Amino acid sequence: MLKEKYDVVVVGAGPAGSVAARFAAENGASVLILERDREPGIPVRCAEGVSHNGIEPFIKIDKRWIASQIDVAKLHAPNGEVANMYNNGTGYVLERRIFDTSLCELATEYGAELITKADALDLVWENNRITGVKFKHINEIKEVKCNIVIGADGVESRVGRWAGIDTSVALKDIDTCVQYTLSNIDVSKDTCEFYFGKEVSPGGYVWIFPKSDHTANVGIGVAGHLAHKKGPKEYLDEFVEENFPDAQVTYTVYGGVTTAATLKEIVKDNIMLVGDAARQVNPITGGGIVQGMIAASIAGKVAAEAVKKNKFNSKFLKKYRKIWDKKLGNTQKTMYKMKEKFMTTDDTRFNKIVEICQKIPEDEFSVKALFTEAVKGDPKLMLEVAKAFVASKMKLK
Amino acid sequence: MKINRDVCDICGTCVAVCPVDAIVVSEFRVNIDNEKCTNCLNCLKACPIKAITEGDQC
Ligand SMILES: Cc1cc2nc3c(=O)[nH]c(=O)nc-3n(C[C@H](O)[C@H](O)[C@H](O)COP(=O)(O)OP(=O)(O)OC[C@H]3O[C@@H](n4cnc5c(N)ncnc54)[C@H](O)[C@@H]3O)c2cc1C
Ligand code: SF4
Ligand code: SF4
Repeated sequence: MLKEKYDVVVVGAGPAGSVAARFAAENGASVLILERDREPGIPVRCAEGVSHNGIEPFIKIDKRWIASQIDVAKLHAPNGEVANMYNNGTGYVLERRIFDTSLCELATEYGAELITKADALDLVWENNRITGVKFKHINEIKEVKCNIVIGADGVESRVGRWAGIDTSVALKDIDTCVQYTLSNIDVSKDTCEFYFGKEVSPGGYVWIFPKSDHTANVGIGVAGHLAHKKGPKEYLDEFVEENFPDAQVTYTVYGGVTTAATLKEIVKDNIMLVGDAARQVNPITGGGIVQGMIAASIAGKVAAEAVKKNKFNSKFLKKYRKIWDKKLGNTQKTMYKMKEKFMTTDDTRFNKIVEICQKIPEDEFSVKALFTEAVKGDPKLMLEVAKAFVASKMKLK
Repeated sequence: MKINRDVCDICGTCVAVCPVDAIVVSEFRVNIDNEKCTNCLNCLKACPIKAITEGDQC
C-alpha cells in the first residue's frame, strides 16, 4: 500500500530509475518508483546494444533478456569499403522489455516499491522546498511526500524543468532517430554493422543490430540540425529498400538521442537527475543504457547517505555530481568535444578510419593495433575519433 | 505550433529541444502551449516523423 512519505521518490522505471531505486533501497532508504506506463520497459525506444562489461556489474546475465551475442563489428565506409573489428569483450543485443522489467524487479527485491500507470505531474513545494511529487494514478490525482526526488524520466524529462533546471538541448546535440525491427532478412547473429557518411546519415550513422540470423534492429540517427529537409525516416526507408528489399517491419521506433555533455545542473536541493533526463548519454555512440545505470548507482548511494545524515541540500547531493564527473562525466565531455569535430569532418575521414581498420589482421585485432596503425596512417584527430568510437561502442580492451 | 496527433508517436524528442518548456507529454498525449512558444522551430526540425507543423492547434 502507498505510504504517505518515502525517503526517496524516483520518477521513471527505465534502467536509470530502477538502478537508482535499487541502490538507494539497498543502502537503507525507503523508495517509491512512479512509472507512467503500464510496465517498465515499454514502449522500447532503443537499438538494444550493450557491452557485457557494462551491464554485468548491475544484474546477473540472464538469457531471458539476451537476443544475441555480438563478437564482430563491421564498419562500412562512405566509399563502400568494409572493415571487420573483432572484440576482446562481448556485446549483446538485448530484449529491453524484459531487461528493464528485470532491473525493476531487482529494485523491488531490495525493498523499493513501484506504482505503474502513475504519471508524475509536478513537484510538491512547501516553503520553497521540494517536499514531494504530485501524480495521476490511473484516474486519481495523488501526492506523495519525500525528502529526495530522483528524476529518471528519460529524454522527455520534465522533472528537472519543474525544479527550475534548464534541461533543453541544442538541435545539433540531439540525433533524431527511426528504427525498424526487420524480419525476413539475412544477417549474422554475431555481427553489428555500422554505415557512415553524409549520403547515408548526415551527422549520425545507420546501425544493424541483429536479434537473430533473420531479424535485426535497423535504425538511423540524423543530427537534429541536418534533418530538416530530409528526415531520418526518408533516409532509413531508402537504406532498407536498397539493402533489405524483401524485409517486413515488425516494430517501429521513433525517438531522440542526446549527443550532448551531461547537463550543467543535475542536482538541486532535494532533487537529482539521472540517465537520459540528465543527458548522460555517450555523445559519439548514442549509448545511454550503461552510462545511465552507472550514474544512477552513484545517485542512489548518495541519496541513501543523505537519508542517513539527514542532509538533503544541493551542497550534500553534489557529491553525486563529483563522483559522476570523475567516473564518466569528464570523459563524456571530452567525447562531446570530439563529436563536435567529428560532425564537421567530411566523408574522407570515415574512409580513412575503415582503411586503417582493414590493415590490421583479424587475429591481431586490438585497440592497440588500431592505434599503432592510426598513428602511422594519419593525424591525431582521427586517432582520437577512432579511439573514442571503438572504445566506447565495442568495449575493446 | 501544431501537432498532428494521428502521426505523433509520443516519443518526447520535441520536449528535449524546446528551450522554453512549452511542450508537455501528459497522459500519453503531447501538448504545445502556444502562449509560451517562441516559434524557434526546434521541435518541428527534431521530430523524427514530422508530426509538427507551424500554426495553432485546432
Ligand atoms: C532509436 C534509439 C536507439 C538507441 N539505441 C541504444 C543502444 O543501442 N544502446 C544504448 O545503450 N542506448 C541506446 N539508446 C539510448 C537508450 O535507449 C537510453 O539512453 C536509455 O533508455 C535511457 O534510460 P533512462 O532510464 O534514462 O530513460 P528511459 O529508458 O527513457 O526511461 C524513462 C522512463 O520514465 C518514464 N516517465 C517519463 N516521464 C514520466 C512521468 N512524468 N511520470 C512517470 N514516469 C515517467 C517513462 O515512461 C520511461 O519508462 C537508444 C535510443 C534511441 C531513441
Ligand atoms: S517552436 Fe520552439 S518554442 Fe515553440 S514549442 Fe517548438 S521548440 Fe518550443
Ligand atoms: S517529436 Fe514528434 S513524434 Fe515525438 S512526441 Fe514530439 S511531435 Fe510526437
